[in-house]
Amino acid sequence: MNGPIIRFEGVGKAFGRTVAVDDVTLEVGEGEFFCLLGPSGCGKTTLLRMLAGFETPTSGRILIDDADVSLTPPNKRPVNMVFQSYAIFPHMSVAENVAFGLRIDRVAAPERRRRVEEALALVKLEGLGGRRPDQLSGGQRQRVALARALVKRPRVLLLDEPLSALDAKLREAMRAELAQLQASVGITFLMVTHDQEEALAMASRCAVMNEGRLEQLAPPADIYERPASRFVADFIGQVNLFEGVVVETRGDRVRVQCADLPAPVDVPSEAEVHTDQAVWIALRPEAIELWPRDGEDEASAARAEPPRAAPAVVRRATYLGVASVVEAELPSGRIIRAQHPNRGRRDTDFRPDESVWLTWEAGAPCLLLR
Amino acid sequence: MRAPPGPLDYLRRWPLRAWLAAVAVFLYAPLITLMAFSFNDSKRNIVWRGFTLKYYALTFADADLIQAFVNSLTIALISTVVSLVLGAMTALLLWRFRFPGKPALEGALGLPIVVPEICMGVAMLVFFTEVLPWPTEAPWPLNLGSIIISHISFSFSFVAVVVRGRLASFDRSLEEAARDLGAGEWRIFREVLVPHMQPGLIAGALLAFTLSLDDFVITFFTSGPDTTTFPIKVYSMVRFSVTPEVNAASTLLIVITVALTALALWLQGPGVTQTPQAGEGLLP
Repeated sequence: MNGPIIRFEGVGKAFGRTVAVDDVTLEVGEGEFFCLLGPSGCGKTTLLRMLAGFETPTSGRILIDDADVSLTPPNKRPVNMVFQSYAIFPHMSVAENVAFGLRIDRVAAPERRRRVEEALALVKLEGLGGRRPDQLSGGQRQRVALARALVKRPRVLLLDEPLSALDAKLREAMRAELAQLQASVGITFLMVTHDQEEALAMASRCAVMNEGRLEQLAPPADIYERPASRFVADFIGQVNLFEGVVVETRGDRVRVQCADLPAPVDVPSEAEVHTDQAVWIALRPEAIELWPRDGEDEASAARAEPPRAAPAVVRRATYLGVASVVEAELPSGRIIRAQHPNRGRRDTDFRPDESVWLTWEAGAPCLLLR
Repeated sequence: MRAPPGPLDYLRRWPLRAWLAAVAVFLYAPLITLMAFSFNDSKRNIVWRGFTLKYYALTFADADLIQAFVNSLTIALISTVVSLVLGAMTALLLWRFRFPGKPALEGALGLPIVVPEICMGVAMLVFFTEVLPWPTEAPWPLNLGSIIISHISFSFSFVAVVVRGRLASFDRSLEEAARDLGAGEWRIFREVLVPHMQPGLIAGALLAFTLSLDDFVITFFTSGPDTTTFPIKVYSMVRFSVTPEVNAASTLLIVITVALTALALWLQGPGVTQTPQAGEGLLP
């Protein structure tokens, strides 16, 4: 991360009695593709709108390039936004839309034409400058919105759910293209999304928000593999959560006894925990392997040191093409989801009521303190 | 061979065609009769006696009628401009701001539309005799003031209601986008809001203009002997006899209003007339 462009310092926003954003502190560095991720109503859009200047924080302050902009009106900030609805001016042509901001900045006509051409080329809309917005497809309208914001060469480009209005196929293509665009223009992007896949695929760093608070701030892989809380683990992808208590700590490992699992589980963690502390263990479905339990010899996995296996009975198996999702019931009655990759041969078909072993790698479980 | 009519090809079924023809006859036959008989070479104008332009010449020679005509156009023009500005501002006020008494104002706005015209007329008469006696002997066009004011008082409501309806469909993110791109209040108003309001402004102006031009009841109560408008003049002429001169004058009025409407629609630009063409590609 290079030097920070944006700093939120203890920013809060309340609408009447409703707290939309609660004491958020974070920094966004130069050239980052930063993602604000969370369910609807988590305050991510409010945070973005405060940065754009459409909302004023009720506490804390917002700095852009070390200048406090908390009270600066939107038209005086060095940021530009791509709106969720794109907000293309319907009475202007594509070129006029893109030129709008430059016209307001009193950029001379020849220079303006050149930059509009440049921006349209950047978003692959060459030659469409004369079109009316109602003659464009959804994807093209989004490109116009992008060009219109980028042509002003903002310090930060704000994107409010930029892909949510596109159909699935186009969304995937645009993901790659947006990331590429960001790399080529070198402008810092700050994107808001509720789509975790989108965030994982595009962001250099993610901030996961919940109920106005910052839950975790980390690169996508860390968010997925080392979630900081049950909320993050559950929101990003699918997860099996086990409640338990710490029975032993030894260096970089913590041994946790879970009511749902037959034996204590060793979890790699450097967290400060003490014995008898209530904690949670997260296990991703794809980290769990299934073995048929027809002989006693596979049971050696259960006797392994440390133990990392559990007996279960298959309740439901759903074939998804790339993988099968198996729902298996532990002796305690708890249902566990496991994802079993389909590697060409369907040699391992699990059927309901089949007895299986669930096993996992030693490094797979993740310790959650909250 | 022609394909049988499709489920939505209503106009290719004869009952609907007959209906459409009947509607056209009832709507336009009286107007066409009026226009045709303006060329009738007959003083009584009951039976057709041959073509003449004599009554158009008579119309243009009738100084009183021309004066009434000019009065009507002047009143319509001024009251349209003023009610357009007032109506648009009221609509913006009601759309944009919250303030005490807003529901009352919104309700009051509809009053001139629903109150019977005759009551408005009497009210205006009382107002201009008791509260604000208007100097009807003032030089033209100041002597038309009382009529202009009463026309504004009802037509600005129509403008406000139409523009307000148009504003309801405004996407607030357009305003935010303009602000985000650096535009200040005035720029946003001029370059984003007014273009959006434009169809409403044009429709409102057309309404105000035609309402004013053909208003009889309210004008009847507010006009004096020297401030006759066209409808009032025609009424007084008809009381003696329906000569082709009346027809000729009315035809001129129709031509002017149609021309103005066409001009307004043309000024409205391609954005509005293009909409029906959107489905063009779907047609075989």
